[in-house]
Amino acid sequence: MNMLGVVFRELVGLFVDDGALALEIVAVVALAAISASLVPEIPLAAGAILLFGCLGVLFTNVTTVCQR
Amino acid sequence: MASWVHIAPAMTAAFLASLVEAVEALTIVLAVATVRGWRPAGLGALAGLMLLALIVAAFGPLLDRVPLHLLQLAIGILLLLFGMRWLRKAILRSAGLIPLHDEAVAFATETAALREQARNHEARLDWLAALASFKAVLLEGLEVVFIVIALSARRGQIVAASAGALAACLLVAGVGFAVHRPLARVPENTLKFAVGVMLSAFGIFWTGEGLGVSWPGADLAIVALAALFLAVGRVAVNVARRRSLEALP
Repeated sequence: MNMLGVVFRELVGLFVDDGALALEIVAVVALAAISASLVPEIPLAAGAILLFGCLGVLFTNVTTVCQR
Repeated sequence: MASWVHIAPAMTAAFLASLVEAVEALTIVLAVATVRGWRPAGLGALAGLMLLALIVAAFGPLLDRVPLHLLQLAIGILLLLFGMRWLRKAILRSAGLIPLHDEAVAFATETAALREQARNHEARLDWLAALASFKAVLLEGLEVVFIVIALSARRGQIVAASAGALAACLLVAGVGFAVHRPLARVPENTLKFAVGVMLSAFGIFWTGEGLGVSWPGADLAIVALAALFLAVGRVAVNVARRRSLEALP
C-alpha cells in the first residue's frame, strides 16, 4: 500500500509541482477552448491564446518566485 | 514514410528526456550495487523494467481506441503541465534560486540511507536494496514511458520516440556500468532546460491541434514554438537572476 502511495504521489508530482502554475496552465487551456468554440472560423486565435498565455504564465510565475 | 523533419523533434526530445531520467535511475541502482552488490541491484532494476513493459503492453493498445483529437488534447495538456514544470525548475536553477540537482550528492545520500538500513535490518537488507533499485527504475521509467507515449500523439511516431528513449537508456547503462560511478558530469540542468522547452512546444502544438488549430507550417511549427519558449526562458533566467540579486541586503 505504501509503495502504491509512493507511485501515486510520484505520478501526480510529474504534472503538478507548483500548484499555481498548474492551475494557470489549465485556465489558459480553458480560455483557448472557449475561443475555439466561440470563433471556430479563426482557429489561430485559440492557438495564439494558448501560446502567449502559457509563455506569460511561465514568465510571471518564475519572476514572482524572486519576490517570495 | 515519415521524413526526418517530422520524426527528429520527437526522437530528440525522447532521447534527451530519457537521458536525464536514466542518469537519475542509474545513480540509485549504483548506490544499491555499491552497498549490497550487483545481485539485488540488478534484480530490482530488472523487476522494475518488467513491470514497465507490462504497463506499456496493457495500456498502449488502449490508446489506439481513443479518438485522435481527444488523445491530442489530453496528451497536449499533460505535456504542458509536465514540460512547463521542468522548464520552470530549470529556469529557477539557472537563475540560482534553487540548488542544482547533484548526482554525486544523490548517490551519497542513497548510499548513506542504505547503510543505515543495513545496521537496522541486516536480515532483510537484500530485499530492501532490491526494492530501492526497483522503485528507482519504475518511477524514472514511468516518466520515460509517459514522454514516449506523449511524443507519439501523432500515429506513426512511436517508433521514433521509442528509439530515442531506448538509445538514451542503453547509452547511460553502458557508460554507467563502464565507469561504475554516478554520471555527475552530465549537464543535467541544461538538458532539463532543453527538454522543458521541447516538451512545452509539443504540449502547445498537440493541445492546439486537439482544439482544431491548424498551425502554420504544420509540424515545423514545433520548432518555432520551441524557439519562442527558449527565448522567453532565457529572458526569464536573466530577469529572475537580476531580481534575486537586487533582493539581497
